[in-house]
Amino acid sequence: MTVGLNAFLLVSGLLFAIGFFGVLLRRNTLVIYMCLELMLNAVNLALVAFARYHDSLDGAIFVFFSITVAAAEVAVGLAIAVALYRKRQTILVQELAAMKD
Amino acid sequence: MENFLFYLFSVLTILGALLLVVNRNAVNGAMFMIISLIGMAALFLLLEAYFLFILQILVYAGAVMVLFLFIVMLIDVEKGPKTRPDGLTIAASIVGLALLLLGIIAVFTTDSATSALPEVTKLPEAASAAGIPFGTSVRGYGYGLFTKYMLPFQVTGFLLLIAMIGVIVVSKKITASGDAEKEGPKKA
Repeated sequence: MTVGLNAFLLVSGLLFAIGFFGVLLRRNTLVIYMCLELMLNAVNLALVAFARYHDSLDGAIFVFFSITVAAAEVAVGLAIAVALYRKRQTILVQELAAMKD
Repeated sequence: MENFLFYLFSVLTILGALLLVVNRNAVNGAMFMIISLIGMAALFLLLEAYFLFILQILVYAGAVMVLFLFIVMLIDVEKGPKTRPDGLTIAASIVGLALLLLGIIAVFTTDSATSALPEVTKLPEAASAAGIPFGTSVRGYGYGLFTKYMLPFQVTGFLLLIAMIGVIVVSKKITASGDAEKEGPKKA
């Protein structure tokens, strides 16, 4: 393969930046959460690329753990979002500012 | 050919991510996120991590996104009053994006002598790594998980159990006496 490690790292960095932009910009908690998942995925891509180009499986195994933890995190986070919606009838972040006032 | 595939799938991944961020509708955003995740799975394939490719498709593009879509459709945000992000939020997020992009550009454009990035363009031929050598089969993953990473593997199992119990507790509304609250139809 002629594509270098740096090309994968560039894609990973761009994805992380886009996810960060989404977390800052969006109002809907669920979309913010999806953007967080995107950032996690970008880091996964960098880890796999490093593992491949350094000829070591350790990075890939770490990605395995990362995917598992992300799946558990999504389940808990979405349960919290549903509980929040039942209590407050909204999931828009600008209306969930009870700690601010 | 592989170069072409790399460009195709990186453009697909980044385009899906961008459309997720700028899309108004959360359901459409979730669809674009699925496109982005599948593009990333294809990038895993190009990196010869076949096991992670399958895992990415099954866990992320499958289970996680189905859960997201279910919750997005359950919680109907569209019926509320439409709120656009105010100018300050847009300005702050653009400044944040610009700073990150500046960092990326600075890292990738400095000359190779002083750059933090190593110039690695070729795949290593021989298995010379200090850790577990890279292999395309699932055997390497199994070997790693049950030898070097045995403890993290067990801890991850406990983490999944704890997450399951946490989800049940959060969604069941257990009262102080330990009984689950009865959830009958609400009389309004």
